[in-house]
Amino acid sequence: MLDADFFRRWMTAAAAAVDREAERLTALDSPIGDADHGSNLQRGFAAVVAALEKEAPATPGAVLQLAGRQLISTVGGASGPLYGTLLRRTGKTLGTDAAEVGEERLREALRAGVAAVATLGGAAPGDKTMLDALVPAVDALGESFAAAADAAERGAEATTPLRARKGRASYLGERSVGHRDPGATSAALLVAALAEAADV
Amino acid sequence: MSDGQRVGIVLVSHSAAVASSVAELAVGLAGGGATAPVAPAGGTADGGLGTSAELLAAAAAAVDRGAGVAVLADLGSAVLTVKALLAEGDELPPGTRLVDAPFVEGAVAAVVTASAGADLDAVEAAAREAYTYRKE
Repeated sequence: MLDADFFRRWMTAAAAAVDREAERLTALDSPIGDADHGSNLQRGFAAVVAALEKEAPATPGAVLQLAGRQLISTVGGASGPLYGTLLRRTGKTLGTDAAEVGEERLREALRAGVAAVATLGGAAPGDKTMLDALVPAVDALGESFAAAADAAERGAEATTPLRARKGRASYLGERSVGHRDPGATSAALLVAALAEAADV
Repeated sequence: MSDGQRVGIVLVSHSAAVASSVAELAVGLAGGGATAPVAPAGGTADGGLGTSAELLAAAAAAVDRGAGVAVLADLGSAVLTVKALLAEGDELPPGTRLVDAPFVEGAVAAVVTASAGADLDAVEAAAREAYTYRKE
């Protein structure tokens, strides 16, 4: 069973990963975006960690809802409302009463969260977005957290030849081909952080 | 409109300068007399390019007179931030709506219509209709 501590570890690991990879994320965002993805997510996840320390939410659903709220408020770019919606909808689906949730319940909640991201952004897998990492990750989560992390990483890698159909990169049309998507890359970091939290 | 209050307009842009200039333009074109309350929410809280949920929530609260708030947004993250906050349920005043309209033309149409005392549905319709103004 997964408790609030597990979800705090997930967010802390995500903040560390975003810190570690900020330059790479911003570099990926330079040719096809506005070169702020790394710094935006650093600011957002730092705010998440600070809010979790201050408010110490007691249940998995409460942790994720607070984290999502922070991302929407503080990121400043499109990844804020998108990742914020992912975590908040996942948290709302888990509810704030249960002190522990099972892996199957988390998988269902994450599926709802990913669906909310797709609705908000009007995107589908293959559009060269974070969904290209998130959708295969949720599918593989039934197997294990590590399998989900691998699937997300493969999904992010597979965005390189795609032509962007959503977001800032879509203005570039064919010129977006050959560049790995920064959003799918950060989504893979988020899933890797989940596997890290589980591997304790 | 039963209470005589005007619909509020919020203009959300990636740029503080764009949001405030479009607000100024729309109010200027709405003519003399009292205009509807208009507030810009541009850029990030620290003055950079981007969208601030805090600035947006503060702007919506500032123009809310109880007759609803029409929000117009420019690009990507501005639109997504408005939608995400609306989905939250309690961040924006009741009767706040994202209006699907071109930013400059829609803002002018919305402010002119709201200043004339129209209700939120009419303000939204006027702003949306701005998509049909051709330039050729």
